[in-house]
Amino acid sequence: MELHLTDDQEMLAGTTRKFLEERASVGELRARRHDAAGFTFPDWTQGAELGWTSLLVSEEDGGGSISDRPLADLGLLAFEFGRSAAPGPLVDCNILAMALSRRGTAEQKATYLEPLMAGEQVGSWCYEEPAPNDALGVVTTFARQEGEGFVLSGVKYPVESAAEASMFLVVAQTDAGLTQFLLPRDRTGIELESGGGVDLTRRFSKVVFSDVHVRSDEVLGTLGDADADVHRQLLFATSLEMCSMLGAMQTAFDITVEWSFDRYSFGRPLASYQALKHRFADMKIWLEASHALVDDAIEGLQTDSPKAELQVSAAKAFLSSQGPELAQDCVQMHGGIGVTFEHDLHLFLRRIVLGSQLHGTVSDHRENLVALTAAGEVVA
Amino acid sequence: MSAIESVESFRERARVWLADNMPLRTTPYTGTFGGGGTDEEELAEVQKNRDLQRKLFDGGFAGICFPVEYGGLGLTPAHADAFNEEITPYEFPEKIQVPTFAPCASVLLEFGTEEQKREHIPAILKGEEIWMQFLSEPSGGSDVAGAQTTAVRDGDEWVLSGSKIWTTGAWWSDWGLCLARTNWDVPKHRGLTVFILQIHQPGIEVNRIEMLNGSKEFCQEYIDEVRIPDSDRIGAVDDGWTVGTRWMFYEKSYAISPLTTRPAAKSGSAVSGKNSLVERAKTLEKLDNAHVRDLIGESIALESAYRSLSRRVSEGIRGGAMSEHAAALTRVLAADAQIRTTSIEFEISGSSAVAWTEDDVSSETIGNGFLMRQATAIGGGTTEMSRNVISERILGMPRELTHDKNLPFRDVPRGPSSK
Repeated sequence: MELHLTDDQEMLAGTTRKFLEERASVGELRARRHDAAGFTFPDWTQGAELGWTSLLVSEEDGGGSISDRPLADLGLLAFEFGRSAAPGPLVDCNILAMALSRRGTAEQKATYLEPLMAGEQVGSWCYEEPAPNDALGVVTTFARQEGEGFVLSGVKYPVESAAEASMFLVVAQTDAGLTQFLLPRDRTGIELESGGGVDLTRRFSKVVFSDVHVRSDEVLGTLGDADADVHRQLLFATSLEMCSMLGAMQTAFDITVEWSFDRYSFGRPLASYQALKHRFADMKIWLEASHALVDDAIEGLQTDSPKAELQVSAAKAFLSSQGPELAQDCVQMHGGIGVTFEHDLHLFLRRIVLGSQLHGTVSDHRENLVALTAAGEVVA
Repeated sequence: MSAIESVESFRERARVWLADNMPLRTTPYTGTFGGGGTDEEELAEVQKNRDLQRKLFDGGFAGICFPVEYGGLGLTPAHADAFNEEITPYEFPEKIQVPTFAPCASVLLEFGTEEQKREHIPAILKGEEIWMQFLSEPSGGSDVAGAQTTAVRDGDEWVLSGSKIWTTGAWWSDWGLCLARTNWDVPKHRGLTVFILQIHQPGIEVNRIEMLNGSKEFCQEYIDEVRIPDSDRIGAVDDGWTVGTRWMFYEKSYAISPLTTRPAAKSGSAVSGKNSLVERAKTLEKLDNAHVRDLIGESIALESAYRSLSRRVSEGIRGGAMSEHAAALTRVLAADAQIRTTSIEFEISGSSAVAWTEDDVSSETIGNGFLMRQATAIGGGTTEMSRNVISERILGMPRELTHDKNLPFRDVPRGPSSK
């Protein structure tokens, strides 16, 4: 994250850090290992008061950020979430809040945005799909026009906190083009398949839409005109997930550096062995480069730079590759204790590995980099 | 004195001047002499760089962050950044930036006497003096403080003898910044002194080293009882390591130095924003191959990581959030990224990179480039040394054990080859 924070940013991040230290302590995270939701509503509602759900919402809608760079501000919170491996659908709720604030009708805002911002309800963005449709940007879910409304069918996966969500923002093809629909989760025809995952507290489901009836006033924005919004939401979501990975990378690295000073072998601290020092040097380089890439990606998005997508993909390709490498090297430095449940390191390994596969893998983003570069975008 | 010109006004003026005066770039930015052509071609290239530097000086755009009293503009790093962005599509004296401006002129500015600065800085800004580093020695590459080239005081003069190595283009350069031993009876860091000397003078023999790819860009000098005045000493006698540590900082941080000119978009994305690997794959008709695309994407991400890290480290050092040692982070990633890109280019090129037809210059460049792959991780201090700096100076890990720390330098154990 950025090297210099304003006092307001320090305050924003610091308040959430303190809150998470208490409510998402490692003991608390371990206790929720088998909890269906992973997070609790009292925590989430109180978190909303700390700004967790309102930074990407316009001031007219009751939101607003502490600077003119709301994504960077929210990135600080996502970083804190990663640093504590904290639970809760931070990315999805903010994507929904932003989409609603930008495109929602007064009625949609009253029904969905208000409880979302208050932290009384959470929502899920149903966008990505399972293999073989899991390449970046592929949407096969289809909403067929029927009378005044639509009939929606398709499968979305992975969808975060789907079981706890009150609302779904669903991306689907229509005869008019790509469209987003906002509907209550308990609509007939929606089935959830839950399972496991690498993260200790973040939960993902497969959501199956089988002939789900959707009203025309449940379109968010303009029918058939969601390409730009969906693209923007994806870039925002990817950046926020990267902030979370980065926070977890920072903690994993810090824990491991500390360990290297405390742990003695053959009468010397691990930190005195050149073979290990050089691996720490590499990890430090990856970590600092990751900070720098994520900052540049966010800055690009914040300023609507034509290079923004390229910067996001460069960052994600690097973090998805070097994030897990860093985490696994941290495990290696710990030796046997590093692969036990008892040690805390795996909490962060989990968060990093989760992020590495969400919103495009290493290969997906490398492919995108080549596509953009070959099409004449300049990497600079 | 009038208030300083705003960055935007300076940028606007530079943009207009560059468009009117500087030729557009037709070859990728390299920042170094490749050493691939004939000697005549290399000398012509050197002259061209001198001329371009003179053109910048005459146009009022040389030495942006150098003090006005030495011929510079006395402006801020932000002005230099703006100029670097504007100059990206144009030719500029790119091949004499390192080591003339960083580290040599940077060291002169920090440690030189008033007379030394008045004599040399304006000459450098006019393209009249190209400088080299007389730093490494045949007896040890990374152990710079173990220099054995010796300076003995004789009245108002010093008598220098020894050998220096890895000086790029010493055969066509003018001046050298030289680290020499002035006291063999104290531990190694405490018996060094820095001097400046003219390269082409009696007693200095410049030999060119042929690299494995046939290039002769590097030289070795044999210095035999060369007399230089005490007024050509930089810093205090036996305090050369104070100068030397800053010297090496300037060397490692040339890519973020406000004293060097460089395009804001670095290599990898070469002329007119084209990526060299993408172009190579197009030429070979392999751009639709998924594996090739994955490799190219890896390279683009790494180059991006290098650029972003440079930006962060540069801001960090300037703003005080990072120590100067952070330059080692950039130094290692630059090498790692370039090594990987070189390997990827080699792999994409297949057998053409190891056996080429006479007219296939790009395959030859890629094949030879792969043979020379490690040079980027060796020159300017190996990446192993930089990894020591990162772990010890940034992360605070224990220093490596040395066997020369508290011994008089003459008693330090030496291998049979360097006695």
